[in-house]
Amino acid sequence: MSSLVVEARGVGKTFGTGDGQIEALRGIDLQIDQGDFISLIGPSGCGKSTLLRLIGDLVGPTTGTLVVNGKTPGQARLDRDYGIVFQSATLLDWRSVQKNVELPLEIMDFPSEERSTRATEMLDLVQLAAFADHFPWQLSGGMQQRVAIARALAFRPSLLLMDEPFGALDEMTREAMQQEVLRLWGETGTSVVFVTHSIPEAVFLSTRVVVMSPRPGRISDEIIVDLPRRRDQDTREQSKYFDLVIEVREALRKGEAGGAAT
Amino acid sequence: MTERDDLIRETAETDLFASFEGDLPASGRRSSPVRLLRRYLPAVIAFLAVILIWEGLTRLLGVESFVLSKPSEILTSFTETFGTIWGAGLRTLYEATAGFVIGTTLAIATSLAAARWVGFREGMLPIAIALNATPIAALAPIFNSWFGLTNPFSKMAVVAVVVYFPVMINTTRGLLEVDPAELELMRSIAATPAEVTRRIRIPRALPYFFSSIKVASVLSLIAAIISEYFGGPQDVLGQYIVNRAQLFQFPDAWAAILVASILGVTFYLLILVAERRLMPWHVAFRSSD
Repeated sequence: MSSLVVEARGVGKTFGTGDGQIEALRGIDLQIDQGDFISLIGPSGCGKSTLLRLIGDLVGPTTGTLVVNGKTPGQARLDRDYGIVFQSATLLDWRSVQKNVELPLEIMDFPSEERSTRATEMLDLVQLAAFADHFPWQLSGGMQQRVAIARALAFRPSLLLMDEPFGALDEMTREAMQQEVLRLWGETGTSVVFVTHSIPEAVFLSTRVVVMSPRPGRISDEIIVDLPRRRDQDTREQSKYFDLVIEVREALRKGEAGGAAT
Repeated sequence: MTERDDLIRETAETDLFASFEGDLPASGRRSSPVRLLRRYLPAVIAFLAVILIWEGLTRLLGVESFVLSKPSEILTSFTETFGTIWGAGLRTLYEATAGFVIGTTLAIATSLAAARWVGFREGMLPIAIALNATPIAALAPIFNSWFGLTNPFSKMAVVAVVVYFPVMINTTRGLLEVDPAELELMRSIAATPAEVTRRIRIPRALPYFFSSIKVASVLSLIAAIISEYFGGPQDVLGQYIVNRAQLFQFPDAWAAILVASILGVTFYLLILVAERRLMPWHVAFRSSD
């Protein structure tokens, strides 16, 4: 019980009121263990980002109960239990790379030497130490996103939330970033919830893929990815990997067909 | 973010002095003399050409001085009355800058309150926008009677009111136009509203603030001179221009206008330099890619 990072029971979310109501999520039951790498995958409109935002208390649930690290999501947010990475890097133009990574540490009142030690450490981890004094606009999209990841991990949260973080990157950069995230996950022991609409990405990264279907958004299937935890470019060429990609694709198709029928 | 950058870039491009801003030395980059010369040469040539044509045509057509003074007459008057017009200019500048500081300070305070409290903002902004569209310099006679004709504060008050509205409206807009993702990021790390204001809203509002005080710097001198036209001490630019024009000493009036112009441009350029110092990260100033 205590090893559960996220536990959702019958969680639903409806946006708007009256005639303009949109049911984004219905009856979500989900358990995420410490150290899991969970991908939420589904067509657009399936509520995968909404589910991530519920976990992060960026929106509140309409029904059901959601527990994060044994607390309400709101308390978990106030305790800085999670770091978040968005699709856009959301770096502040007027701060250097180093100062961007230090931002959460400033908010948490870390003393300045510790801020700079930790930021340097994090930049080492994402292999951007040489760019500490650069400004965000001087970096490529992939590098910016690595800074955002360093910022999210700077205060060593037990949970990392990622909302289509590589959606805006080209395929080559994207694969390199996936490798990087796996390495960080291995080195930090952080649990990860990763929203994506790329099937190969979900399979390559995850310990478990949560397949969602739209209107209203719900979990239609969960697929355990029983590939070894250490993965590299060769993993992408294994038949086991292909089987899992096909399995997720079929689950998605089935979920969508089911959604259309109701 | 890119949309916002484009917007700022556009604003910078349509700015009055944008062509001059391009070559102010940015931090870490010095403009070479050759580049500076290439940059400013067309403007210098155009300026000299206008002066020469002005001089030539007024001589050729025998235009009377009270219709349009010749540049040579204005220059003579400028050197002969140098002490008087610069003395008047500095007294007017004092009214303009004091009013500018009062108006800008009040505008910043109101903007921060408007960004913080929705009710305050919704009640006040529509009124402010309506007042901004009102020709406020028309208040000058009323302020003269409130604060006294000879009290420089009656002029400063007009300047402060003229400066206040554009600065307040634009700064408020800048404080509010923040990327929603940045607000979510701050929420995710449990930042307080005060921290959001300090670390996100104020830096985001700086470009809007500087755009508005560049306009306000020019407006402040206009407002000071216009309010001087409505009466008061004689040793200021507005009264000097009125008096010389009534005596048909038009080259003297033009020389005083030249002083006003030099003061206005200087004030504007000082703000431009401050802007660069405070916002080296601004899209309009980025030297590389």
